[in-house]
Amino acid sequence: MIPEIGQFALILAMCLALVQAVLPLAGASLGRSAWMALARPAAAGQFVFVAIAFGALEYGFLHDDFSILFVAQHSNSALPIFYKFTAAWGGHEGSMLFWITVLAIWTLAVAAGSRSQPDEFASRVLGVLGIVSAGIIAFAVFTSNPFIRLSPTPADGNDLNALLQDPGMIIHPPTLYLGYVGTAVPFAFAVAALLTGRLDKNWAKWTRPWTVAAWMFLTGGITLGSWWSYYELGWGGWWFWDPVENSSFMPWLMTTALLHSLAVTERRGIFKSWTVLLAISAFSLSLLGTFLTRSPVLVSVHAFASDPARGLFILGLLGIFCGGALLLYALRASSLEAEGGFKLVSREAFLLANNILLVIAAIGVLFGTLYPLFIDALGLGKISVGPPYFNAMFLVPMLPLAVLLGVGMHSFWKTTAPQPLLQRLIWPAGIALIAGIVAPLVVFGSASALTAIATVIGFWVCAAALLEPLRKWVLRQGAPLTRAQIGMCLAHLGVGVFILGATMVSAYTVETDVSARTGDRFEVGGYEILFRSVRPVEGPNFSAEEGEFELRKDGKVVTVLASQQRVYRVQQTPMTEAAIDTRIGRDVFVALGEPLGDNAWSVRIQVKPLIRFLWLGTLLMVFGGLFTITDRRYRYPVRESAAASKPLPQPVSETN
Amino acid sequence: MLLIGLVLGGVVVSATFAFRAFRENLTYFFSPTQVAAGEAPHRQFRLGGMVLKDSVTREPGSLTVRFTVSDFANTVPVQYTGVLPDLFKEGTGVVVRGKLDVGGEFLAEEVLAKHDEKYMPPEVADALEKGRATVSE
Repeated sequence: MIPEIGQFALILAMCLALVQAVLPLAGASLGRSAWMALARPAAAGQFVFVAIAFGALEYGFLHDDFSILFVAQHSNSALPIFYKFTAAWGGHEGSMLFWITVLAIWTLAVAAGSRSQPDEFASRVLGVLGIVSAGIIAFAVFTSNPFIRLSPTPADGNDLNALLQDPGMIIHPPTLYLGYVGTAVPFAFAVAALLTGRLDKNWAKWTRPWTVAAWMFLTGGITLGSWWSYYELGWGGWWFWDPVENSSFMPWLMTTALLHSLAVTERRGIFKSWTVLLAISAFSLSLLGTFLTRSPVLVSVHAFASDPARGLFILGLLGIFCGGALLLYALRASSLEAEGGFKLVSREAFLLANNILLVIAAIGVLFGTLYPLFIDALGLGKISVGPPYFNAMFLVPMLPLAVLLGVGMHSFWKTTAPQPLLQRLIWPAGIALIAGIVAPLVVFGSASALTAIATVIGFWVCAAALLEPLRKWVLRQGAPLTRAQIGMCLAHLGVGVFILGATMVSAYTVETDVSARTGDRFEVGGYEILFRSVRPVEGPNFSAEEGEFELRKDGKVVTVLASQQRVYRVQQTPMTEAAIDTRIGRDVFVALGEPLGDNAWSVRIQVKPLIRFLWLGTLLMVFGGLFTITDRRYRYPVRESAAASKPLPQPVSETN
Repeated sequence: MLLIGLVLGGVVVSATFAFRAFRENLTYFFSPTQVAAGEAPHRQFRLGGMVLKDSVTREPGSLTVRFTVSDFANTVPVQYTGVLPDLFKEGTGVVVRGKLDVGGEFLAEEVLAKHDEKYMPPEVADALEKGRATVSE
């Protein structure tokens, strides 16, 4: 009964999404306020029914209702309770329902947060979100229904994929989805502005906090994914340029470009059509990413043929959403007039460079991800694109971007005199240059040219980000910083910290695979590792061999690490559970491999300097976003009539 | 004008760079039958198929492992030194990246692991299908 209620609720939610799509949009065009007023109740109703549907699926999981096909495929009675809960998004159908749920949450938030905006505009935004919602719910209902019954009911379920039985799986997908789906909000704002024909500074001001919020979740979600793959996949890497990773990274690059471009539109009333295009592309790439990840498209392009309904539906939705938005853009873009100009040395110019470089990186990643799929679909052979391509495609635009970032954040709007700018930045630049060359040499004894350059750039970005806060808080000079300014400095500091971490990990990781017997000792990266013992252990739904390793430094025991080689009983899946000793300056990673015969085991040992800086850096970016969206002018929105105050050019004003 | 020039210049340079990096990093996929027919290049490529049952051997205690990759029609011997991925098993699909040595043995630098043990890499599935077809002819 419960699954049927869930399915029924999902269909009702689809109907309400259609109401939310059609009537407010029509009402806004025809000037009927009664129709427009339906937007918010419809959004709230849609949320309620989506929540009921999601609750019904969770009920099935928590009560081991294996008469539901999706539950039988992805759960098992022996599965720990919180993995039963998270298993709901551990497969295609459930994750689509989860996508829908997240969109309903965003829609509800927009409905509540748009009261200070004109009704005509707000109802168009909600209308566009309604179209997106109706499309995705229809996709779930017609091609990916999670409530399909299985007859006869099996005695037990097929269990959740072992890799997904991890605490990281509880928070990584929801966070990433909040980010992915969140890009629908700036998309809806952009389309609504095109429909209204008015895209001004106020529009940018309304759009920006939503964009930053989606970007924060996207950043957090990607970070958690990277962290998860680092400790769970047992390879000790943190980024693989896997198509699945790329499909979350492309929307991130676009959203990052978008929030910088929005800063310009908000302050100066320019870059309007560009901003709209970025909003459309960010959402399109999110959709592409969701479907690449969550449908069989990526596993095989032949999936389009094996399940034509799903593939065609996806293509159709992508076509309608993006094609429709681009068509509207083509019709309306000419009416978007720039409200001013800017000089070559000005903050606008640096932000333009930021946008171009980010978009180049995104296009490079997109090309490398999709090209093999196209070649295969055309029957021209099977190829794969190696990580060096992606590294080059990413580093070549990003290193200059990081250099320009430091200058850009200290330049003024409209125009900047180069001389004072240089004087201001000569100290941080000098410190970064010396620190970047000396630090790796002192700590690690050697540095390649690329390592030195990247380290200098990392220090440079940190120094540029810290310059203004230090001046205000240590030297007590100038006006107090606004939250948005603090946010910008924090996020950029995060970029610098990330660059330092990525550089050190790439250049100075020591890794080795060894054949080890109990009692063997290994010297790796200045540490001594003693293989103490192997013993069998039993988990709730797995059996394992657990290897114990003693980690010593200068003869003293630092810690004891226990790595497991597990076999999950139901699916007989083997899995490595790595053991990691974490310090702020380095990680020591030990993973027990397979038995090699003659009492020996394969063991992977890695010492990774500054790997925590990667995630610390992205965490700082997220906090930067948090400071930005809690800035005064977003907390106390004024009705449209009160025009945005004219910004005065000032050294570090609130952008980015 | 200068700005547009700079931007265009940057785009041209990065596009050239991108295409070079792209061409150098393309790795082609070959099946054991293609390798047997001498179609495989001397440079690095990816080989895929089934790990033949009872073909995995190693000197006791050694990290170096040998196994045979088959597409039912032909086989290629593979050698790899290092920790194998969790989902590596006899009788299941595998993709290895590396080079052929003069003796016809494939020296693998990487054995690819996938997120799901039920997942068969599409190129492997394709190679196996073609191999089966050749045998039944």
